[in-house]
Amino acid sequence: MPEVMFRKGDNDQLIFYVAKKDLEETVVSLEFQQPDKWGGEMVLSDGQRYYLAPLDAPPKLPITLRVKRAE
Amino acid sequence: MAALTREETEALIQEVLEVYPDKAKKDRAKHLAVNDPSVEKSSKCITSNRKSLPGVMTIRGCAYAGSKGVVWGPIKDMIHISHGPVGCGQYSRAGRRNYYVGTTGINTFGTMNFTSDFQEKDIVFGGDKKLTKLIGEIETLFPLNKGISVQSECPIGLIGDDIEAVSKKVAAEIKKPIVPVRCEGFRGVSQSLGHHIANDAVRDWVLGNRDGDSSFQSTPYDVAVIGDYNIGGDAWASRTLLEEMGLRVVAQWSGDGTISEIELTPKVKLNLIHCYRSMNYIARHMEEKYAIPWMEYNFFGPTKIAESLRKIAAHFDETIQAGAEKVIARYTAEYEAVIAKYKPRLQGKKVMLYIGGLRPRHVIGAYEDLGMEVVGTGYEFAHNDDYDRTIKEMGNATLLYDDVTGYEFEEFVKRMKPDLIGSGIKEKYIFQKLGVPFRQMHSWDYSGPYHGYDGFAIFARDMDMTINNPCWKQITAPWKKAASAEGAQRVAASA
Repeated sequence: MPEVMFRKGDNDQLIFYVAKKDLEETVVSLEFQQPDKWGGEMVLSDGQRYYLAPLDAPPKLPITLRVKRAE
Repeated sequence: MAALTREETEALIQEVLEVYPDKAKKDRAKHLAVNDPSVEKSSKCITSNRKSLPGVMTIRGCAYAGSKGVVWGPIKDMIHISHGPVGCGQYSRAGRRNYYVGTTGINTFGTMNFTSDFQEKDIVFGGDKKLTKLIGEIETLFPLNKGISVQSECPIGLIGDDIEAVSKKVAAEIKKPIVPVRCEGFRGVSQSLGHHIANDAVRDWVLGNRDGDSSFQSTPYDVAVIGDYNIGGDAWASRTLLEEMGLRVVAQWSGDGTISEIELTPKVKLNLIHCYRSMNYIARHMEEKYAIPWMEYNFFGPTKIAESLRKIAAHFDETIQAGAEKVIARYTAEYEAVIAKYKPRLQGKKVMLYIGGLRPRHVIGAYEDLGMEVVGTGYEFAHNDDYDRTIKEMGNATLLYDDVTGYEFEEFVKRMKPDLIGSGIKEKYIFQKLGVPFRQMHSWDYSGPYHGYDGFAIFARDMDMTINNPCWKQITAPWKKAASAEGAQRVAASA
């Protein structure tokens, strides 16, 4: 369950950053991106998959959230 | 054009790895790579930020070095206590040449060493009482200090002292910030974790001190210079350029910086990061908490300076953009004269670098401006993201080495035959004795500044002074020279 900082990159892509693990990757797909639901399963550019309990609204980036490793 | 082809460089790495036992060889092979600028992610070609192998000569430092020596040390109006035995602080005292303005011992304390000088009884009975007493003595002797940081050395973590409790208690008594920093040397694999811990300590104990206090008059052009440690005056050379283009530099982190500047940083409009490795953590935090954007810049060499000034200006309105162009135009004649003078003397020279957090990639542009070529580069304590940035800067088939060992570095130099090496004090005399010109690139070899246009002139002069020094022709003793010339003649005669 790493603490992940999500931020917008230079080209408006979503960046997934874990300082402690030296991990900085682009999120290539995110399950829910509706105005009333944001999160779900995500795939990173290196193929890793994580799960974020969906939020009620898209957050103001950057934000630090806790995610789970997707099975 | 690289000195060696891709195949030759790969063969060189294999050859150098030959001497290691199998297990060590397997590990070290991951840290050595031939650069391919088309690779997007460094993690595919090089491994970094791993524990050094026992038995090899590594050049890394410790977490205490990263916190006290790099991040906290230069904050001039605070007293940084090296909490633990006396050596860690004393042998690193003033070694990084972080210049500052002030009267040392009165209102600034940068080059002084404060230590709790642990003895056996402190290890056995704990050092918290001693720390309390020490802070009291500091307050009596140096009343103009603006705050105190407690930089833990290894024993503090081992014996389990509660420096946080002491700090809180005494801070309430003396009404000054006291920052406990858990940067015991054994933490992490290198000084890099010390930077992170120091950043976290700033975040937790200092940064939010003026939240909700709007008495500071801010302007739309406020910026903070982050990760410039003012080595030999670097931050000053950078600051003048930013101010000339119309920006207001509110804080310098941390070269010639003060605790009040750090407290004011959340009020700025843009954070400018020079040393990404040591201070990106706090910039990311400020982006999240205070919505302050950050950007990296590079003030080494005119090409990169112009590029960076324009990139910085793009975050602001036209007046600043015009200001940036004016600054570039103003210094053009100056740096063109420097290049005209030194480029003919330095053209085509090959350089190998092995330094710390930002320079292995940042100085490449400055060397290229002088017509020189960087054929190998490496970091002591970089992470993947540093190599991501480096791969693009380096030429094809050049050598990359992470946490290089003394043996590997020497062998690489013998084979690649660079005209100049830029590394630290521990490497300096080995290579000078091998007859290779050397510049100490951690502290600019007692010279500097190297940042900014003013710094570039000094940089060019220093490189010329080192490479074209007549002493390199005198490496062979005269009688040996005669003998070898005679030998050559005899060979020629018999042929």
